[in-house]
Amino acid sequence: MGHIRLNQVSKSFGDVQVIPPLDLTIEDGEFTVFVGPSGCGKSTLLRLIAGLEDITSGHIDIDGADATNVPPAKRGLAMVFQSYALYPHMSVRKNIAFPMKMAGLPEAEQTRRIDNAASALNLTDYLDRRPGQLSGGQRQRVAIGRAIVREPAAFLFDEPLSNLDAALRVGMRLEISELHKRLKTTMVYVTHDQVEAMTMADRIVVLRAGMIEQVGSPLELYHTPRNAFVAGFIGSPKMNLIEGPEAQKHGAAIIGIRPEHTDVSKTEGLWKGVVGVAEHLGSDTFIHVHDTGLADTFTVRITGDIQVRHGDTIHLSPQMDKLHRFDARGLRID
Amino acid sequence: MATRQSRSAARLMMAPAVILLLGWMLVPLIMTLLFSFKKYLPLRGGDLGWVGFDNYIRFVSSSAFWPSIYATLVVVGGVLIITVGFGILLAILLNQPMWGQGIVRILVIAPFFVMPTVSALVWKNMFMDPVNGLLAHLWKFFGATPIEWLSQASLQSIVMIVSWQWLPFATLILLTAIQSLDSEQLEAAEMDGAPPLKRFGYITLPHLGRAITVVVLIQTIFLLSVFAEIFVTTGGAFGTRTLTYLIYQRVLESQNVGLGSAGGVYAIILANIVAIFLMRAVGKNLDA
Repeated sequence: MGHIRLNQVSKSFGDVQVIPPLDLTIEDGEFTVFVGPSGCGKSTLLRLIAGLEDITSGHIDIDGADATNVPPAKRGLAMVFQSYALYPHMSVRKNIAFPMKMAGLPEAEQTRRIDNAASALNLTDYLDRRPGQLSGGQRQRVAIGRAIVREPAAFLFDEPLSNLDAALRVGMRLEISELHKRLKTTMVYVTHDQVEAMTMADRIVVLRAGMIEQVGSPLELYHTPRNAFVAGFIGSPKMNLIEGPEAQKHGAAIIGIRPEHTDVSKTEGLWKGVVGVAEHLGSDTFIHVHDTGLADTFTVRITGDIQVRHGDTIHLSPQMDKLHRFDARGLRID
Repeated sequence: MATRQSRSAARLMMAPAVILLLGWMLVPLIMTLLFSFKKYLPLRGGDLGWVGFDNYIRFVSSSAFWPSIYATLVVVGGVLIITVGFGILLAILLNQPMWGQGIVRILVIAPFFVMPTVSALVWKNMFMDPVNGLLAHLWKFFGATPIEWLSQASLQSIVMIVSWQWLPFATLILLTAIQSLDSEQLEAAEMDGAPPLKRFGYITLPHLGRAITVVVLIQTIFLLSVFAEIFVTTGGAFGTRTLTYLIYQRVLESQNVGLGSAGGVYAIILANIVAIFLMRAVGKNLDA
């Protein structure tokens, strides 16, 4: 249960094509993350799968059956919205019960599922409160609870953590990952945060302007980005992309080197630059280097601490075996 | 800037307006109270002295009192049901994206700008006239005998006219309330398997609850004092004598100021009971 296949699906709003025809298969039980910059069509794609938007052309199959014209409620998918979309005038219990009530499930079964979901999500003490009386994280859990009780073929998450503060986000990220491990249900998750994508996904779909740039496991995307866009998008801090003569030396139009794959020395190295800002995180240090003649800023990441100050001259040497090369169209050269 | 000086300056600045408003309200109120305890017949001897609660007892024991209460309830209740019901429907319709939305919205608001006297006369002469009215023509077109609206269905006609006037108000308030509904809630309900009617019942209607309360209470206060529409159409005949109209007749037609004032005090009490509920509802609205 929970196999979703998109076949030449496209979407236009009026004359504007936001999603050119694309193919994508989401395997049963997989945690798939759609990631991309804002406005890349990832939420639209999710809404197409949910059935909240009609597709302009193509087919959507869910579990082998054509679901293109099936209304959202009949697709067997549950969605968690960015704003949580809880019903403000209903108690938590009634919110969670709502989909079951609509499906006409017997009272006893409803109670059993609510109790299960509540204990799994630590909501037992809050069942009789209204959503307005809950914190952001609790509301998020209610929204997830409302999705769980339907026992859907797949869960759809639309940027569910973007309204939470940083600490809660890390916690909820873990909870959702654990939920996926426990339920083993297909999950499709939309985010613009590549850290969420890297930490949670079995498979990441990187989107840009409605097109799929690359599909793969987090580490595949990290180690072998298919093009310069994916290379720059995945990884934190971002990969340094260098154009011009330095790239041509390596027989490429663009070369990329990750901040963590650059060695730093105060005395010698391949490239030379001036330290701009050094961010000391304790475990790591990020140094933003200017005036390298390569790019505006060159970021390096070193483990541990190094004594550098603003204005110091510094020498950088990339680890040649970790260099990424891209051609003039931005495609990877192997 | 909430220093002591700025606060006393603020009080000083507001004083003229507050004093004017207070005077405007208190003078007629006190005079009404005063007259209600007097036998005062301007054309039949003038001020005939204090009579205690005589006027109050006479007002409620008159044979016209209970019919007037009934007429008031029918007018207020009927108009409320029609305006809220159609108001919700219109608000939902106007909330749909459509061509010419701006013009349609202005058209819907238009009746509210027409003076009560004018709209009642337009209804009386153009629509409800049993010989030349549009409705009479419509009835004749289908071969039916035209209804003499203002005598055969007098109370219903008044309800119709007043509803037409107050529908824009209800629609406007309900429309703004509907516009503030989070569309993700409706989408969530759709995914949860609720068909359109249930989405309306479980999501939209509870969301509108407070707006409906406000519409009902504000309209009630104004509808209790409906006068012009009755004055220019039936003149209080055919069972359309509401409490307001009865007070008017007691004071001006029977020239019994004391009796009318007693009725006025009853009306003040009634209106204030509604106003208390209104302030509570609106206050809650502001808290949330």
